[in-house]
Amino acid sequence: MASSVYLRRRAVNVMALALSACATVLGLVFLAWILWVTLKNGFSAISPRLFTKITAYAEQGGLSNAIVGSLIMDLMALLICAPIGVLAGTFLAEYANRTRLGATIRFLNDILLSAPSIVLGLFVYVIIVLPMSNLTHGEVSFSAFAGAVALALIGLPVIVRTTDEMLQLVPGTLREATLSLGIPQWKMTVQVLMRAATSGIVTGVLLALARLAGETAPLLFTAFGNNFMTVHPLDKMESLPVAIYQYTNDPSPDLHAIAWAGALLITLFVLALSLLTRMLFTRHKVRYD
Amino acid sequence: MSSTPATNLAIDADQRSRIDARHDAWFRGLLKFCALLVLAALLGAALSTLWGGREVLFKDGFHFLTSDTWNPVTDDYGALAPIFGTLVTSLIALVLAVPVSFGIALFLTEIAPTWLRGPVATAIELLASIPSIIYGMWGLFVFVPFMASIEPTLSDTLGKLPLIGKLFEGPPLGLGLLTAGIVLAVMILPFICSVMREVFQTVPVRLKESSYALGSTTWEVVWDIVLPYTRSAVIGGIFLGLGRALGETMAVTFVLGNAYSITSSLLMPGTSISSSIANEFNEAVGTHRSALIALGFLLFVVTFIVLLIARLMLRQLARREGN
Repeated sequence: MASSVYLRRRAVNVMALALSACATVLGLVFLAWILWVTLKNGFSAISPRLFTKITAYAEQGGLSNAIVGSLIMDLMALLICAPIGVLAGTFLAEYANRTRLGATIRFLNDILLSAPSIVLGLFVYVIIVLPMSNLTHGEVSFSAFAGAVALALIGLPVIVRTTDEMLQLVPGTLREATLSLGIPQWKMTVQVLMRAATSGIVTGVLLALARLAGETAPLLFTAFGNNFMTVHPLDKMESLPVAIYQYTNDPSPDLHAIAWAGALLITLFVLALSLLTRMLFTRHKVRYD
Repeated sequence: MSSTPATNLAIDADQRSRIDARHDAWFRGLLKFCALLVLAALLGAALSTLWGGREVLFKDGFHFLTSDTWNPVTDDYGALAPIFGTLVTSLIALVLAVPVSFGIALFLTEIAPTWLRGPVATAIELLASIPSIIYGMWGLFVFVPFMASIEPTLSDTLGKLPLIGKLFEGPPLGLGLLTAGIVLAVMILPFICSVMREVFQTVPVRLKESSYALGSTTWEVVWDIVLPYTRSAVIGGIFLGLGRALGETMAVTFVLGNAYSITSSLLMPGTSISSSIANEFNEAVGTHRSALIALGFLLFVVTFIVLLIARLMLRQLARREGN
């Protein structure tokens, strides 16, 4: 009797562990499947004209305006969200760590972190695209600037959170030592604490870049898309994700091939960034642990 | 009377500390302003979509919420079909992703040899960093044909079962609620898994060891000790995944089929809030556009509540850890 109970428990155990190993394999299979498909289709479609021709030529074209547009908007978005995010994160860690306001902002920042990006796109549409269109009587409506603001909203919470966490890792003794020299708090924060947490803060910025570089939904109704090359921040601007979206929706297989090439570029960029930040981050962690 | 060097120094120091205090106040104000921008972003997203959708929401909000017609020609809009699609796909995603995430978390915290844990965890987290447009492409070009090839088998086997049979009836299109749900499941899996893995690691070793010492198997330790201990955070992680699934756009848009219908079969095409917005927004004008922004407002409110619950649940465990 006792041995049958024991056998049953052991059987349940072995089954559960086997299932959990299967779940892991399943997860890895999906990762490998998606990556394999992207790499295979992407590499077979990559060609020099991808980088030299614009999307206006469709099947005979490339993605150069989309690549340039993505670079410009991602950079603009970082220029907007990195300073704000770092300062906001510093506020949370250094000035409002144990206050109710700090706790509220930290809490809501975590929500913003997983808020639906399409709604953030709508938000920017309502507060920037519509007013600009009204002000200029339709001359300027969708713009790269609006796209960058939408992307910045995606990156902002990532930077806030990482900065906050990284500054909290800086040992308190460093603060005490600095303050005891009579150095004002702002100088301590900027010149000592931020410097000590530089690699962590840079990690946050790179993480934000990795997240916003692949975003499509918020760009659809802010930067819109543009088949021609433009660098003007108030023009409609093409971006890689939006170009991929349009080409994927098209029935032409040649456009699908170009879309796969674009997908490959984005995926490689984002994965390289994530792995790089992971390396930076682990090095950072070791230093403070 | 000329001051001595000593009093000069004192005045300097006094002045300097006043300047420092002023700079400190400025700096603090600047930081606070930036931090409040985070609040402004959330509040702004809610208010602006409410404002943009006022034409539909305030005129006949009840009709908007309960009607299943979506007709741009007659300007008659009801959100029921997109809401239905969003909820069903997210639910399918949860049903599939939760057990798998749990399995992976269990594997990574209890079973796998230490050298394997890091790489596998990184790989699973990479799933989270793949942009959703890539999931969409993969879904449309690879996964939809795959589903189309196995759906006849599904309707022949599961479709014959008494209660759940209705869910698996219909033509093998490949596109549809089930496909979208599966793609979503793969997307939210890393989020749920990483929360589970993290909280499983917070369980005090002495609890687990005590249980092992009483003769428990690994499974019993996980099921009876680890899971109850981390219950609130695990639920929080699941809600976090749900929040992601509700708001996900690009991946769903490609594989859902964009049909305003409410069907009992999961193999039929449908639509979701986010994919309706993505598909139609740039062609929409007037009331149609307003209806789409109103959909965005609904989505924001629902995800906000779900994420709020998620964060509150997650915080509960963090608190206990602190005590």
